[in-house]
Amino acid sequence: MATKAGFKAGVQDYRLTYYTPDYTPKDTDLLACFRMTPQPGVPAEECAAAVAAESSTGTWTTVWTDGLTDLDRYKGRCYHVEPVAGEDNQYFIFVAYPLDLFEEGSITNVLTSLVGNVFGFKALRALRLEDIRFPVALIKTYQGPPHGITVERDLLNKYGRPLLGCTIKPKLGLSAKNYGRAVYECLRGGLDFTKDDENINSQPFMRWRDRFLFVQEAITKAQAETNEIKGHYLNVTAGTCEEMIKRAEFAKEIGTPIIMHDFFTGGFTANTTLAKWCRENGLLLHIHRAMHAVVDRQKNHGIHFRVLAKCLRLSGGDHLHSGTVVGKLEGDRAVTLGFVDLMREDYVEEDRSRGVFFTQDYASLPGVMPVASGGIHVWHMPALVEIFGDDSCLQFGGGTLGHPWGNAPGATANRVALEACVQARNEGRNLAREGNDVLREACRWSPELAAACELWKEIKFEFDTVDTL
Amino acid sequence: MKTLPKERRYETLSYLPPLTDQQIVKQIDYMLEQGFIPGVEFEKDPTPELHHWTLWKLPLFNATSSQEVLNEVRECRSEYADSYIRVVGFDNIRQCQTVSFIVYKPNTTRY
Repeated sequence: MATKAGFKAGVQDYRLTYYTPDYTPKDTDLLACFRMTPQPGVPAEECAAAVAAESSTGTWTTVWTDGLTDLDRYKGRCYHVEPVAGEDNQYFIFVAYPLDLFEEGSITNVLTSLVGNVFGFKALRALRLEDIRFPVALIKTYQGPPHGITVERDLLNKYGRPLLGCTIKPKLGLSAKNYGRAVYECLRGGLDFTKDDENINSQPFMRWRDRFLFVQEAITKAQAETNEIKGHYLNVTAGTCEEMIKRAEFAKEIGTPIIMHDFFTGGFTANTTLAKWCRENGLLLHIHRAMHAVVDRQKNHGIHFRVLAKCLRLSGGDHLHSGTVVGKLEGDRAVTLGFVDLMREDYVEEDRSRGVFFTQDYASLPGVMPVASGGIHVWHMPALVEIFGDDSCLQFGGGTLGHPWGNAPGATANRVALEACVQARNEGRNLAREGNDVLREACRWSPELAAACELWKEIKFEFDTVDTL
Repeated sequence: MKTLPKERRYETLSYLPPLTDQQIVKQIDYMLEQGFIPGVEFEKDPTPELHHWTLWKLPLFNATSSQEVLNEVRECRSEYADSYIRVVGFDNIRQCQTVSFIVYKPNTTRY
């Protein structure tokens, strides 16, 4: 570093500059918590300081141009290191980054800084970004979800219950017309939404424009017959932003209420562009999270999903998949509810037992509706209503289409189960304890539900979750 | 196996058998416990995208019992017997509507 004594070239310990245990973070700092595993023999403080340096202003050696800037104003600081209980050579490290390091309104820029080169750093064996505290000053440069939960409910005329959805299967291979029929049957049976699977974009067997038109016809017919507002997440994810926006424009032209994007494979820049477009054009935006498990599944390396969820909330999306707790996919209950809060609440208190490392104030940024999808059926309904509450979207794919009488009765079974659970909860009944009784009572007057309950009663998914605290 | 008949619905709780007065009271009790402001609205021929049904009087800002709300539902029903009626709830902290469920369908004899 250059000093008044002049420039002294060479390599010096990171901790001299970037480890500052006496520092009190400012309200305007962006804070990050990493789970760090140093290489054997590397001291924790030096390794933690290196993480702070490499994710902010530092490089491996001293450079003379350091002398032309005020490093104290721009450097990231590791201000706290603590060993992870029960783990050998693993630490939670806390880093404060000055606000000026980040461009306004660019989640891409935040991630490029925080999880850029540093993850390949040699002194580290592994590194996982556990949580970020976005300062209000930065939050205010984002507009977030195009509409948010309360506006979505107003647009849809649906209150006091979770929403119901279903992904159309088989994932690939249906013609556009057959696909539209499957959508219509689901919606007329009582679902609010159906969904394109994530890998349906515009393949030879079903081009996007044909799909959009047949699906919109299905929505219109189902809406007229049921007298309820219906939608289908038309997937506009595409190879270029221009193509993505072209598909979104067409969706708007035919009057569909909601479109869909894969934010992680598509990228945050594309996602933020689409979210802005949706806000300006009045379409809801459903967000899928393909590729997330590649970076969030390993406990000691990568990025925790709560960080991706927070980033998505800033980038913009009205729905986001969040796991089910009870279905075929991964997710510990307390941890899942921790990031579900981070998706939909305005102010979330620090709570390490739920994986929330920082108190987060969203400063009135709209909330994102969590979507529980994957391997769930009617017998899971009481638990899902209990766990996720009203502001959620519950998606039964196989659990609707796999009904022995077809999609429409399958949809009705789920809708009846949902409303029976909501009614029972509101009457003060305990769904965790009495949920099965509630469903059995409804089976007496709903033959559709009775058939579903008969088919699925034996199915269970029980695996140990990898993502424990 | 059965084909699902076509039937018009009216959102939350409309897939259940028509609610009895006692069941309506329990739903309103829950709403009051949550601190929501109850209201009653009605419409003769509602379409799915009709967001505003006609408000019956004003929301019951000072309601302390579900019976007060039920009385308004009854009064509304006797005056507008050919209209659909739903109970709604407002949350003045979150500044939005939070509740809506159907309590009267004029063409249903079971009610």
